[in-house]
Amino acid sequence: MIVSSTNTAKPATGIPALLKTAFVNALIALVLFSLMVGIRTEAGSDGQLTYWTRFGEVASLVAAVFGGSIVIGLLRQWIGPNGTDKLVPPAVRSGMSFLGRYLAPVLLIFTVLVPVIFYDQRYILDLAILVLTYVMLGWGLNVVVGLAGLLDLGYVAFYAVGAYSYALLATNFGWSFWVCLPLAGILAAFWGVLLGFPVLRLRGDYLAIVTLAFGEIIRLVIINWQSLTGGPNGVSSIPRPSFFGIPLDNSDNGLAARLGIEYSPTHRIVFLFYLILALALLTNWVTIRLRRLPIGRAWEALREDEVACRALGINTTTTKLTAFATGAMFGGFAGAFFATRQGFISPESFTFQESALVLAIVVLGGMGSQLGVALAALAMIGGFELFRGLETYRMLVFGMAMVLIMIWRPRGLIGHRAPTVYLTKAQAISSDLVKEGHG
Amino acid sequence: MSGDEILGVDRLTMRFGGIVAVQDLSFAAERKKITALIGPNGAGKTTVFNCITGFYKPSGGAIRLTHDDGKVIALERLNDFRIAKQAKVARTFQNIRLFPGMTALENLMVAQHNALMRASGFTFLGLIGAPVYRDAEKHAIDLATDWLKRVNLLDRADDAAGNFSYGDQRRLEIARAMCTEPALLCLDEPAAGLNARESAALSELLLSIRNELGTSILLIEHDMSVVMEISDHIVVMDHGVKIAEGSPREIRDDPKVIAAYLGTDEEEAVAVMESGS
Repeated sequence: MIVSSTNTAKPATGIPALLKTAFVNALIALVLFSLMVGIRTEAGSDGQLTYWTRFGEVASLVAAVFGGSIVIGLLRQWIGPNGTDKLVPPAVRSGMSFLGRYLAPVLLIFTVLVPVIFYDQRYILDLAILVLTYVMLGWGLNVVVGLAGLLDLGYVAFYAVGAYSYALLATNFGWSFWVCLPLAGILAAFWGVLLGFPVLRLRGDYLAIVTLAFGEIIRLVIINWQSLTGGPNGVSSIPRPSFFGIPLDNSDNGLAARLGIEYSPTHRIVFLFYLILALALLTNWVTIRLRRLPIGRAWEALREDEVACRALGINTTTTKLTAFATGAMFGGFAGAFFATRQGFISPESFTFQESALVLAIVVLGGMGSQLGVALAALAMIGGFELFRGLETYRMLVFGMAMVLIMIWRPRGLIGHRAPTVYLTKAQAISSDLVKEGHG
Repeated sequence: MSGDEILGVDRLTMRFGGIVAVQDLSFAAERKKITALIGPNGAGKTTVFNCITGFYKPSGGAIRLTHDDGKVIALERLNDFRIAKQAKVARTFQNIRLFPGMTALENLMVAQHNALMRASGFTFLGLIGAPVYRDAEKHAIDLATDWLKRVNLLDRADDAAGNFSYGDQRRLEIARAMCTEPALLCLDEPAAGLNARESAALSELLLSIRNELGTSILLIEHDMSVVMEISDHIVVMDHGVKIAEGSPREIRDDPKVIAAYLGTDEEEAVAVMESGS
């Protein structure tokens, strides 16, 4: 499927060409799958070879490739450069752009209503909280990778710093979540600056390697500093967040008792949901604001051309450090939330895989695009859960989906850039012009 | 050179390992004048520029910048972004360095970073939307608009700079440098790659910067029609040393300069000149 749908050399135009491509792709799929899927072999009870045919599956796979080719072809032409034939009717296109314009507000309203709609479905609420955590992490990393163009592979380190800050402060000193939350952010930002200093002169691949190492260092320190962090056993019985001092439990002075309603464990889940939603929206709001301030413009300018920045009198050192610190701070907030939600944290939760996942969300969403990152987080985390039934094939399906998206939209789901200031008209800037940044 | 000098380069030397790119170069640039630095390829002009604008640290010598208020700044001791920020020296690049993914207006806003940064209370006041920052931003947009008008790019203010034609990018880069409100504007081959009409427009723009705003200009240029037309003073370099200095008329007739450009001995150049005239 992947191989056959990538003949980018000559994009098909017109319906016959489209059908031809789809037919060729289907043919390739038939050849491949007739052996791979069509014949199933197994060792019989006495060791002899038994096999049986599965032509139905082959037919459905080939049909899927055929249909998929047509859909991809249509999408390509719809998204593709101006001047090519558009086979998608204008009505559908204008409908899509209408949808695009109102997607963000509709999505936001839906998100706010999720606990109302799915109040009885604990699983969906938990999943929504998880998705929102990754949305927040994606938005935080977006500051570093998307805006400032600094490739950071160790973002999970700040997530870990935030989580352990809250966990240790709360369990050792009994400080409340609302005191620890800003502290977790500040501590993570501090570590962001600390990481920033040695990597100031590095760019691109070298920066990526050092940040990767930094993420591992934090994890190894957590594992080995047993007396403080509990090592591989982690920190348990982390206090749950309170509703500004009122606990959300079954006790007499809990929120439910005070309001005179029947206690339900779902209350806490709903509260956690709105908490992470508020934190994520704060991240989003601050990032959007920062982009329009001189510091945000300097970040983007740094991504575009560092030498030119220096020639204009911009202190590239502090600009980079503030980008690291801001991104790390949001990671720290998310970490504190993670700790209070789980009630237990261990180094297991902060592996490189988490960094890679968050980075994938940012890249897939379109670097610098807030809506794109949110959609990508939904697709990645939600998709992960959706394909749970496929068990081990989950990663395969997932990898294939990612490859397809990157072929279809190499600059992410939402690749264009919106200007931060305009005289007459804000027009989207094509992603071809925007630099990807090399640290 | 006597009088009111803005930039004084004194025995500037720049070595890269064993190679001496610039040796004992001394010259001065006068305030509110256009000084041109010319010479054949590889003469060390851009190296001098990079020393003045802080991209290289000179191996020896002194570079002094005198501001309007009489404050003298030793440029060889400042580095990096501080030359643009504190000494108010702006520069453009031989190979244009705009921010291609940002609009023309955004490019000019980035140039006003330091002023806007102060006005935004180092981001904190700006984040809460303080009126003081809103006013400063409005002022910055006005300045940018003014410069877009001057370089004739106002109708393309909201287009990505990377989409501009070569000549437009050159002019936008000059506008961006001017938005830092510099005391000295350093232009590295501003006319390179421009056609005759664009060169003429460039000359006009540079003269208006000198006459109307009184900004001193130091430029490297190969296009002699531009250099001869607008320069008040010309410094000629070859192989890292100064070989001549004077008014455009003096330089035009200097056999040493012609010899350097033709790559011949001085005597031959004189012979060529005499046979030609």
